[in-house]
Amino acid sequence: MHISEFDAHTQDKQAKPPLDPHLKALENEAIHIFREVAAEFERPVMLYSIGKDSSVLLHLARKAFYPGRIPFPLLHIDTGWKFPEMIAFRDEMAKRFDLDLVVHTNPRGAKENISPFTHGSALHTDIMKTEALRQALDAGQYDAAFGGARRDEEASRAKERIYSFRTPDHKWDPRNQRPELWNVYNGMIRRGESVRAFPLSNWTEVDIWRYIQAENIPLPPLYYAAKRKFVERDGMLMWAEDKRFEALPGEQVQEDYIRFRTLGCWPLTGAIRSHATTLDEVIAELEIATVSERQGRAIDKDQAGSMEKKKREGYF
Amino acid sequence: MTASATAAAIAPAAEAAPALRDTRPLRLITCGSVDDGKSTLIGRLLWDTKAVKEDQAAALNRDSGKQNDLGLPDFALLLDGLQAEREQGITIDVAYRYFATDKRSFIVADTPGHEQYTRNMATGASTADLAVLLVDARAGILEQTRRHATIATLMGIKQFVLAINKIDLVNYDKARFDELSREFKEIALSLGVKQVTAIPVSALKGENVVYDGKASMPWYEGPTLVEVLELATVRSAQTVGFRLPVQRVSRPGESFRGYQGTVAGGAVKPGDSVVILPSGMVANVKQIVTFDLVRNAAVAGDAITLVLDRQVDVARGDMIATIDAQPQVGLAFDAQLVALQPGGIEPGKRYWLKSGSRRQRVTVQPSSLLDLKSGKWNRHDGALPMNAIGKVHLSFDEAAIFDAYELNRTTGAFILIDPDTNNTVAGGMIAGKRGDVGGLNNEAERVILSLPADLADKILASGLLSERRDEVDIRRTNPGRAAELLGELDG
Ligand SMILES: Nc1nc2c(ncn2[C@@H]2O[C@H](COP(=O)(O)OP(=O)(O)O)[C@@H](O)[C@H]2O)c(=O)[nH]1
Repeated sequence: MHISEFDAHTQDKQAKPPLDPHLKALENEAIHIFREVAAEFERPVMLYSIGKDSSVLLHLARKAFYPGRIPFPLLHIDTGWKFPEMIAFRDEMAKRFDLDLVVHTNPRGAKENISPFTHGSALHTDIMKTEALRQALDAGQYDAAFGGARRDEEASRAKERIYSFRTPDHKWDPRNQRPELWNVYNGMIRRGESVRAFPLSNWTEVDIWRYIQAENIPLPPLYYAAKRKFVERDGMLMWAEDKRFEALPGEQVQEDYIRFRTLGCWPLTGAIRSHATTLDEVIAELEIATVSERQGRAIDKDQAGSMEKKKREGYF
Repeated sequence: MTASATAAAIAPAAEAAPALRDTRPLRLITCGSVDDGKSTLIGRLLWDTKAVKEDQAAALNRDSGKQNDLGLPDFALLLDGLQAEREQGITIDVAYRYFATDKRSFIVADTPGHEQYTRNMATGASTADLAVLLVDARAGILEQTRRHATIATLMGIKQFVLAINKIDLVNYDKARFDELSREFKEIALSLGVKQVTAIPVSALKGENVVYDGKASMPWYEGPTLVEVLELATVRSAQTVGFRLPVQRVSRPGESFRGYQGTVAGGAVKPGDSVVILPSGMVANVKQIVTFDLVRNAAVAGDAITLVLDRQVDVARGDMIATIDAQPQVGLAFDAQLVALQPGGIEPGKRYWLKSGSRRQRVTVQPSSLLDLKSGKWNRHDGALPMNAIGKVHLSFDEAAIFDAYELNRTTGAFILIDPDTNNTVAGGMIAGKRGDVGGLNNEAERVILSLPADLADKILASGLLSERRDEVDIRRTNPGRAAELLGELDG
């Protein structure tokens, strides 16, 4: 795959005016958090999920430690159901930025052939994401893990701390979080305990896109509209180009311009119809969008409070 | 005087010079008693600035089947993030909300108003530039309102909005509005707050929140809530000089050594002379390195890497500062504390103190306690219970580096961590350094003891010593080194 395909789809890649003060403030805060965690913890790791938030996170990490390398590995939990373009993009980034990339797939899930179709989205997420993440964090003995979660994403995240404390079995207790004042973070933990750190806590979806634009951050092409095959299933546009895809009776595979607002496992990630092929167009669409980005995610709809429940169990 | 219904210190929107507008995100905190309409107000802010998306609103309607009188979703449900809270129907913690207008973006710390949650308010207020105090126009200014204003002031907030809500329920009565704003301004003045804007609001109907309420309140000529927020100032670390708490030392290769941190005050440029604290060594700034380019200046808030012109010993937790206006370095400071946990703060107990990137041991001796009801400080030398606000003496084993919180909200702030639980148990604000320690200016004779550490710890914990801790200098070392030092004195 050609590199330029991943680069930000902007008109002008040369001129880069200074960041506006709003994005600069968010960037400064994120860099501060990266440095603080890297200095305070013995074995940090960065969760890398290949989407736009991860791409921003990666960019900020490179900035935070420049002129040095990123002083911790990146961890990708591969469920086996990611879009192939995501994997290609991941490997390209690892090469381009000299990253220390760790990829983990739950061996039990792989052996039992856990699939979102046959086992349902809840079980799939539970085994291939939540359990896999716990395995990888335990194996690496990581005491801090960076994630790209934002507080504006979902109601249960609004109270998440920037340093979010986890018990040795990765549990989150929302009723008993450490108070967090100013930008003084408490990184004291006992052996086995860990902290999830969220440098993008105060970013909104619009901030993410504006920053990608301002900084020319590479993204998987899935974020841009292209002619792709899909079906409409349960009100969701499901990508239909994988060989494991099976149309249900009565379902018709269509081909049209679609793109994705978030990236995950393709059977669980809804597309939207769109002709936005540049960042400007994506942002313009976003600013008039009346639906939140998580709408495309099957996981949130299962039940009220579903995200909180998953997080308590150790989901990121 | 009621000619201008606002009597606001903040300039009305029309007079603002757009060129000077600060576009950094404004952080604000909202406080009110239960049922004053805080959820409705925040919901209204999010709704009218289009921060709530259709599917989120649909989820609300699906969950509750409830709508308010105007056919809008039940905002409280949108805000109460956690299942446990939803079940109890109260907010119990600080939540952060985001919305933006075309002029600026906003981060709202949404904190509950019940008395026992002083800690949450202190947390939310610690990063806020402005406080919105909410009152119910019918109930008027309550004791609660004074408490909120007091805590916000202590945490360093200088800009206030008094949102007089449910103005629709008092028939948009101007006299009532004037009465309440006058009453609040008196409280504000007694707290030393000069920037107060009072606004008559109906959160429910969306009047004077994002859209104006002219149709119902032609008598009100002041700004809407959002207009005030758009014009408020973000306090950059207002300090006497350049401060860089060092977070980490970057050594990617033999030829490069840079000190990474976020500028906590003032500005710096290549060629500036700086001092490294606590060691006191001096150097000049050679370069300011960032990912984007080598910069010719950095200001408060910037995350930078600083390169000095000579080999000096700099470690995480040190502070690089301007030579002319240095922070205070010492073993004893006075501070104000908010106790955040059920265990309170125990006198004489050793805690971890973290300020910026510096973490060190400290003992705390309370001296007075704030009575939030009257705003008076009363003598108190016992433990500080949860939610108490106290004045304390801090005593350190090793030099501490601070500015007064009033001068710098970053280098004057700290948290206390309980070494037994690792939990954050207090937030603190430095008042200033205590008299000279170590008897440097003191003619009286001094005694140096070399003791086993366990015995020293027992003596340190004794009341007699803790009372005069500021006069005592302590270093920990190994037996060999101790013998060597004593030998030096003899020789
Ligand atoms: N008439 C009127 N009712 C309001 C207004 N603001 C809030 N309310 C109502 O007051 C009650 C309490 O509001 P809520 O936002 O839940 O209060 P909170 O406890 O402070 O979050 C609800 O029934 C609201 O609909 C207002 O401006 N006018």
